Amino acid sequence: MADRKVTPLEFEQPLAMLAQQIEALEKQMGEGVNPELEKDLNRLNQQYDQLKRSLYGNLRGIDHLALARHAQRPYTRDYFDRWDPQWVELHGDRQGCDDPAMVAGLISLKGYRFIGIGTQKGRSIRDKQHCNFGMPQPEGYRKALRLFRHADKFGLPVVNLIDTPGAYPGLHAEEHNQAEAIAVNLRELSGLKVPVIAVITGEGGSGGALAIGVANRILMLEHSVYSVISPEGCASILCRYADKVAESCAAMKMTAKEIRDLGVADEVVPEPLGGAHHDYEFAAEKLGEVLLKHLAELSKLSPPELKKDRHDKFRRLGAFLESNEPIGA
Amino acid sequence: MDLKEWFANRKKKQESVEVKQPLSTEEYCALWTQCHLCRELLYTRDLRQNLHVCPKCQYHFRIGAEQRIEQLADPDSFVELDANLASADPLGFVDSEPYAKRLKDASRKSGLRESVVTGTITLNQTPIAVGVMDFGHFGGSMGSVVGEKVARLIEEAQKRRVPLIIISSSGGARMQEGILSLMQLAKTSAALQAFHEEGLLYISILTEPTYGGVTASFAMLGDIIIAEPGARVGFAGRRVIEQTIRQKLPADFQTAEYLLSHGQVDMVVERARLRETLSQIIEFHKGNNPTPLSPSNGKKGEAIYSR
Repeated sequence: MADRKVTPLEFEQPLAMLAQQIEALEKQMGEGVNPELEKDLNRLNQQYDQLKRSLYGNLRGIDHLALARHAQRPYTRDYFDRWDPQWVELHGDRQGCDDPAMVAGLISLKGYRFIGIGTQKGRSIRDKQHCNFGMPQPEGYRKALRLFRHADKFGLPVVNLIDTPGAYPGLHAEEHNQAEAIAVNLRELSGLKVPVIAVITGEGGSGGALAIGVANRILMLEHSVYSVISPEGCASILCRYADKVAESCAAMKMTAKEIRDLGVADEVVPEPLGGAHHDYEFAAEKLGEVLLKHLAELSKLSPPELKKDRHDKFRRLGAFLESNEPIGA
Repeated sequence: MDLKEWFANRKKKQESVEVKQPLSTEEYCALWTQCHLCRELLYTRDLRQNLHVCPKCQYHFRIGAEQRIEQLADPDSFVELDANLASADPLGFVDSEPYAKRLKDASRKSGLRESVVTGTITLNQTPIAVGVMDFGHFGGSMGSVVGEKVARLIEEAQKRRVPLIIISSSGGARMQEGILSLMQLAKTSAALQAFHEEGLLYISILTEPTYGGVTASFAMLGDIIIAEPGARVGFAGRRVIEQTIRQKLPADFQTAEYLLSHGQVDMVVERARLRETLSQIIEFHKGNNPTPLSPSNGKKGEAIYSR
């Protein structure tokens, strides 16, 4: 089985050990037929499947986080390449910079055209550094903004793939006003007259994720996470211990299902068992299907309706009480 | 008394000496305030008369929402909006303390229900919608209530077609409400988009300190952005950046003056001149009165000047 070649995560260790045993047994089997061994092998294989199902059926927040951050997880380019092998990449913010952490292009998915935009993490070490680990600079957000306007002009839908730890806390980013870059994106996205779909494919990190995340539909892959601050940040600020990451993952309710239950995400897109990194083709195919379904639904709305739909979606979000009790009671 | 005893007594005396707290006892602080910057001891009543600005070094103290409104509005013109909105605990969030308890403690300390106060005022007789954040309540953090109140304020301003002023002071989004806090960035920005399309004026005032989600939404979306002298404004905090890039940052990094020199704000205005500056800007944006100047290209002039 090809999926056993994937680097196992910490919580996947029991599964990996079982896989090792099976492999060793299979090697022995190759040397000669032995009915005793065959029985053992069947039993182990059954056990493996059972363990796999129960393991992935009961994931904690921090396990989803580990899967969302898996080094072999498919990134934006992997999806674009599979959806449209001939997709045309577009570069630059037209103001002096092209941010490699923000990828954009013209994509035709089964004949349906849209502008694809997404954060890119990078695979090799050099690549990761080049992409700043998926953390765009303000220029990256402005590149996305330029293409939102492009899409608006030509009536093309926008699909944003989000997999970023967040905005980059750096000197350059602050000097070039990343807060403004994000804020303007939020405002302009809410005013677009074309369908916008945002997909959290991995990590949805705070403002950096939201900067391309204001959409008519928010989809989340099964093991993706979306949070207001990184769980490490939350742990170090609130609990004063950076090692309380598991607790803050649970407290913040950041997994796809929890985010859907809070009314923020519209749909959770299933991944191959064990995570999208086990089968890129399946992950891209499945996400493509769901995207087309939503794009078809949205294409029935008129431009003003699309804008209103998006505005109303975010206008509703929030939980508060009307209280007449005296303050501090 | 032998020598041993004498030493023991002396030691006991030394240990039991009461250490007087130099500045923190309450009655002392009520009368006197020490300037955070130049360490000058200031008589609190004088300080208040000087709009909470140190007369010696011009340090602008953080002030609460109530005082801000008092300094800005025509006397007795403030009418509060949505005063009854209160935070829920949508996640049932517990860290070292439950969120519900933290909320109560914050209210007891600040005397406010939430970290923003919204309403309408008149400023030199011009009606204005105004929102003021108070850092003293929960670090001015933005949760669902702040987002909702700000969005409602923007909609109210739009309905009445009056200028909007928001004075920001915040540590950012409120972690205890998780993703719903983050969504308030989108909610307030979307409300501003509609306001923006109506061609109405929004002035954003940045005060010490404004960070995170508030900076990355309505605070940076002003048609005109004003910062108070010395106010620290940014997205990521200084300490986080220093830890990330592992180098010292310039001393004036993220101060109002630094922002001005990096093109991020229109002006830095001291508190004493804020009211008159706002009044002037708002008056200017009422546009040209068609009577004294007749438009050069004739006929359709009214349409041009009507705003």
